[in-house]
Amino acid sequence: MSLSLDEVNRLDPSTHEAALLKIAQGTELPKALTGIQGLDEITRGGLPKGRPTLVCGGPGSGKTLLALTFLVNGALHFDEPGVLMTFEENEEEIIGDVASLGFALPQLIEARKLAVDYVRIERSEIEETGEYDLEGLFVRLDHAIRTVGARRVVLDTIESLFAGLKNDTILRSELRRLFRWLKDQRVTTVITGERGDGALTRQGLEEYVSDAVILLDHRVHDQVSTRRLRVVKYRGSHHGTNEYPFLIDTNGISVLPVSSLALQHAAPLDRVSSGVPRLDEMLSGLGYYRGSTILVSGTAGTGKTSLAAHFLDAACRRGERCLCFLFEESPQQLLRNMRSIGIDLEPWVAAGLLQFHADRPSRYGLETHLVTMHQVVADFRPTVTVIDPVTNLMTVGTFTDVQAMLTRMIDHLKTANITAMLTSLMPGQTEVERTETTISSLMDTWIVLANDQIGERHRRGLYVLKSRGMAHSNELCEFVMTNRGFDLHDGAAAPQAANATDGSSQKGNQHAGL
Amino acid sequence: MQVYNTGLTTPSVDAGPLYSLRLYVAGQTPKSVLAFANLKQICEAHLQGRYAIEVIDLVETPQLARGDQIFAVPTLVRRLPEPIKKIIGDLSNTDRVLVGLDLRVHQ
Repeated sequence: MSLSLDEVNRLDPSTHEAALLKIAQGTELPKALTGIQGLDEITRGGLPKGRPTLVCGGPGSGKTLLALTFLVNGALHFDEPGVLMTFEENEEEIIGDVASLGFALPQLIEARKLAVDYVRIERSEIEETGEYDLEGLFVRLDHAIRTVGARRVVLDTIESLFAGLKNDTILRSELRRLFRWLKDQRVTTVITGERGDGALTRQGLEEYVSDAVILLDHRVHDQVSTRRLRVVKYRGSHHGTNEYPFLIDTNGISVLPVSSLALQHAAPLDRVSSGVPRLDEMLSGLGYYRGSTILVSGTAGTGKTSLAAHFLDAACRRGERCLCFLFEESPQQLLRNMRSIGIDLEPWVAAGLLQFHADRPSRYGLETHLVTMHQVVADFRPTVTVIDPVTNLMTVGTFTDVQAMLTRMIDHLKTANITAMLTSLMPGQTEVERTETTISSLMDTWIVLANDQIGERHRRGLYVLKSRGMAHSNELCEFVMTNRGFDLHDGAAAPQAANATDGSSQKGNQHAGL
Repeated sequence: MQVYNTGLTTPSVDAGPLYSLRLYVAGQTPKSVLAFANLKQICEAHLQGRYAIEVIDLVETPQLARGDQIFAVPTLVRRLPEPIKKIIGDLSNTDRVLVGLDLRVHQ
């Protein structure tokens, strides 16, 4: 039997494509990978192999780019040369359009992995005198397909034919014949179509292409523009039916399968150290579960980032790749601050094991953050990821939006078996759980850091609020921040944690040390 | 590719401009044979001594389709006199071909 998608996602990324191919060749229809991040997940392995797919959307929605990416990826990564038949832009214009995305079409053409044929139709030059067919188009396509041994074809945008020719009846029957012919050639075809009023395409191309239809959309909401993609139809295959945000940037297109939340993550048994031996002890002696999600919350100055730094340091010592998203500090600030408590992360950065990705939350909309984070994760392939602090993202969107975004992000990290630590800044002493209820259910382990003052003395405390799947300690540990980082003591003289007094009796029992 | 030279060297004085014609077909289909026969007949009747027909079979030379931007067949391309005109169809409607070639004003 074929693998489920989640099983595939858990595999080593280098075999990701191979595994997707297995899906494509398993119980479902044979499929052709687009190589577009996310789209292959939504479609469970790509577009229907050897069949036409219609990609429609308004002007500027990214149709041509999606189609071209499919072609270029085919030629570059899947040993499937392609043919682009363009009706709107000539070869030079197309080459120029995609050069900024790093697609070097001239080289592909040179290497005979890609053929481009520009079909120019000038109505003023053409007289129609009775019966004809579009065999000329077939001949050109056939010639181009043979020239490069194409397995993929893009027709962009074939609806231009309707503007150039008068006889709709011939056109429609010839289009029907063309799509059938393309199927007979067993080439995987993408046909782009302009969105029409009340219909998917102006000329009703969806009538002819019955295998798969993808709709692209571009909206601006609250001055934040979001592109969305939806698989309207995919005959004979499961596919995600939601609208998925996608991004066009210097790396081309990436789509987020945002709500593929099937809750089928693996539950690995191996454990990873928190970097603080005493804390590992509290977590049944072994630390966090690999692939789990850890929330570290506390008010300002309680040591959240420091605890994260311990975790990163420990992971790097094991030789793991770590990615750290910063939404408050610059990497330089963080490195300096951590050095002051004896955690020197600089060598790990130099060794390429640790990478920082700092961004202002307000710089983009949530979806863009999400896509960017996905992309960085996909590029760097870490086993440990830290988001510090995750609460800063809450300034960018509504509560629901943030929750949805985090759910997707955490889901993605879990699926990839990446151990994730999220720090959360609590606004005040009394809000411990309220602010985080939205995301806490997604967390496997929740560590609370707290400060209090008794007389002249300022004390720091730490406790494990929850940690799924392990017998964790209930004690509240006092700790001091030394020049070697966290130094935890036993719980006897610990400070009052933020929620200790107003918590339920259940909590009182859990944290008997209070 | 076949070229039918029809005595362009001896055009008559008042015959009018020379016609350089290309007929694009795809294989020896009944439609293409018909189109050529129709064209030959029309040319003999209206352009005697001042036309040349080049028949291009795209099945043999598909790479030539791009140059004249052929997508339908049969397509007759009037290369001369300028401007270039394209007539799509099997040319069985003589009147419309003559109109297309500017040999007769549409009635």
